[in-house]
Amino acid sequence: MLEEQVASLGRAGRYMAQSLRLMVGVPDYGSYVEHMRRTHPDQAPMDYEAFFRERQEARYGARMGRCC
Amino acid sequence: MSIIRRHLPWAVVAVLGAASLAVIALARGESISALWVVIAAVCVYLIGYRYYSLFLATKVLGLDPTRQTPAWKYNDGLDYVPTHKYVLYGHHFAAIAGAGPLVGPVLAAQMGYLPGLLWILAGVVFAGAVQDFIVLFISTRRDGRSLGDLVKQEMGMVPGVIALFGAFMIMIIILAVLSLIVVKALADSPWGTFTVAATIPVALFMGVYLRYIRPGRIGEVSLIGFVLLMAAITGGQLVHESPTWAPLFTYDGKALTWMLIGYGFVAASIPVWLLLAPRDYLSTFLKIGTIVALAIGIVIVAPPLQMPAFTQFAAGNGPVWSGNLFPFLFITIACGAVSGFHALISSGTTPKMLDNEVNARFIGYGGMLAESFVAVMALVAASCIEPGVYFAMNSPAALVGSTPETVAATLSTWGFVVTPEMLIQTAKDVGENTILARAGGAPTLAVGMAHILHQVVGGKAMMAFWYHFAILFEALFILTAVDAGTRAGRFMLQDLLGTFVPALKKTDSLPANLIATGLCVATWGYFLYQGVVDPLGGINTLWPLFGIGNQMLAAVALMLGTVVLFKMKKDRYAWTTIVPAAWLLACTMTAGWLKLFSADPKVGFLAHAQKYADALATGTVLAPAKSLEAMERVIFNDRLDAALCGLFIFVVLSVLVYSVKSVFAARASRKATVQETPYERLPADTRLSGHHA
Repeated sequence: MLEEQVASLGRAGRYMAQSLRLMVGVPDYGSYVEHMRRTHPDQAPMDYEAFFRERQEARYGARMGRCC
Repeated sequence: MSIIRRHLPWAVVAVLGAASLAVIALARGESISALWVVIAAVCVYLIGYRYYSLFLATKVLGLDPTRQTPAWKYNDGLDYVPTHKYVLYGHHFAAIAGAGPLVGPVLAAQMGYLPGLLWILAGVVFAGAVQDFIVLFISTRRDGRSLGDLVKQEMGMVPGVIALFGAFMIMIIILAVLSLIVVKALADSPWGTFTVAATIPVALFMGVYLRYIRPGRIGEVSLIGFVLLMAAITGGQLVHESPTWAPLFTYDGKALTWMLIGYGFVAASIPVWLLLAPRDYLSTFLKIGTIVALAIGIVIVAPPLQMPAFTQFAAGNGPVWSGNLFPFLFITIACGAVSGFHALISSGTTPKMLDNEVNARFIGYGGMLAESFVAVMALVAASCIEPGVYFAMNSPAALVGSTPETVAATLSTWGFVVTPEMLIQTAKDVGENTILARAGGAPTLAVGMAHILHQVVGGKAMMAFWYHFAILFEALFILTAVDAGTRAGRFMLQDLLGTFVPALKKTDSLPANLIATGLCVATWGYFLYQGVVDPLGGINTLWPLFGIGNQMLAAVALMLGTVVLFKMKKDRYAWTTIVPAAWLLACTMTAGWLKLFSADPKVGFLAHAQKYADALATGTVLAPAKSLEAMERVIFNDRLDAALCGLFIFVVLSVLVYSVKSVFAARASRKATVQETPYERLPADTRLSGHHA
């Protein structure tokens, strides 16, 4: 019972952290690595630093700004 | 039995909401607690979400949980990522919530809190949230395409280009009006100016840290940045009190305008990782944190609303902005009720991350409800300060005078109880030299937030801190919007000019970039300067232009929704978008028409120009112009604003014509003509993060 609650609390915390990162344009790195492993096993995924830079460029190089 | 059990809790919510609204409606002449407003709003949102958005999801749009979304189809772990609905909700909300929902309701409070409140609640349920939801749905079913592409695809090339051009002009006005808010807040305020200026070195440090020292550690660097920001607010107080330092950070509006223009140019030209990105982190997290803090503050303090439900300005002729309740209230409060800019977000990054179509309801409709709640809080914050102080802050000097004595005397003749001492004391409480003539929303909201938050943390001594915290929080994300917007505008301009001069199209060429950036900054800078020198406060001119433009974009998005519904052969449900689109067209067309042709020089641009032209012909100089050249500038600016207004009307009318044509074509066809990406089944092993409620 308690373990379940701790687990769900941990999950909520992870979602929160993911959401905060996504708010500034950085999606979940784990999902990216998982995606690369599953669909492109021949290519090496970017490391976190390269991934972070790639996302930063993509967010602010985009043609549309955000709302007022 | 099960029907009763299913709907009973919602009936309780409905009764509670109705009771709260009744309290608000029946309390006349006595102030009521802001909690009634909050409870009424939340109940309206819950009922709207539970019933109306469910109706839209199941009957009107027919969301299909088995249909593959672009996030699965194009999954690349980067742009297209199936994302849990709660995670995506945060992303979407952070992208749509900005200064708009904070400023509009504050300006609208001049009519009293009730007109604004009713428009926010009715507008969001039947127009704003519907727009965000349906655009998200349309884009998701079309590979996550952008609004411009969607209009092109469903209505044709010409309306698509027209809509994009309209969006560009609206963005220029937004940049000008947001910068104007910052200028109004920082003019003659050494504390505020120091704090906001300090964010630049803080952001630069964070940028270098994130690039070279500890790459990619966002949480860590944001914490460091937050601590430095709080230090900057405290440092601002020392600057404010120091006779040697204070003059170095005291500037008038014009000087600040030039600084902001220079800043915009530099910030949009240097690499994003150095300044834009780190400040974006700070402003995003601060925004979310402050919104949550304000919500908690309002619930704990439950401040009484000092502003009457209606003021005499509900009949028009208000000092903050001129014009009657219809149509001008409905363009003054845009974000929070309905905002066309959201259509660009709902067809931007969000549809590329939606893990299941059914979640478009929670994210599109639900996300807008949260933004609307921010607008309600802003309205509460503006209404819980003394009405006399509110009008002293927001009335232009040309109307009420420029010293505490004259302002208090003028406001007393309007029936507001206010003394010069009160105005001086309020300025002192918040650590400012003056609070007079600070139209623009941000300072008023900051006083309101300080009024609420100091009762939770810190007491009276902390009031000045909270005021400058609120100013910093707004200035920070406005500045982020300014350089992100300048960059976006630069790309649009390069695309546009590139058709004539191909060399300008190269986004990797430094001269081409600098020219486009310079042009973009010069355009919004021109409107900003015009607003700053305007004796009626600038907001009076620029905010209606922004509101008209933004609501017209919303009308365009809803017309797109209507066309798509007819093409889907959902004719019998098309009223869900036709009604809000028609309402917005009525408001914006009337407002645009009045702005152009009203005989009242306070409302109509052309009448104002004519007044000055007549005086110029006889060689008289009309205040506030000091020379005949200044008179010519006033006339030119009026006609420019009129032309812009006319342009917006042209944009929306042409989209209307094309949508009517598309609707007739769709009705003439026997089967659905909608151009969705073909149905593909969502792989069975993909997990669903949410189900229909």
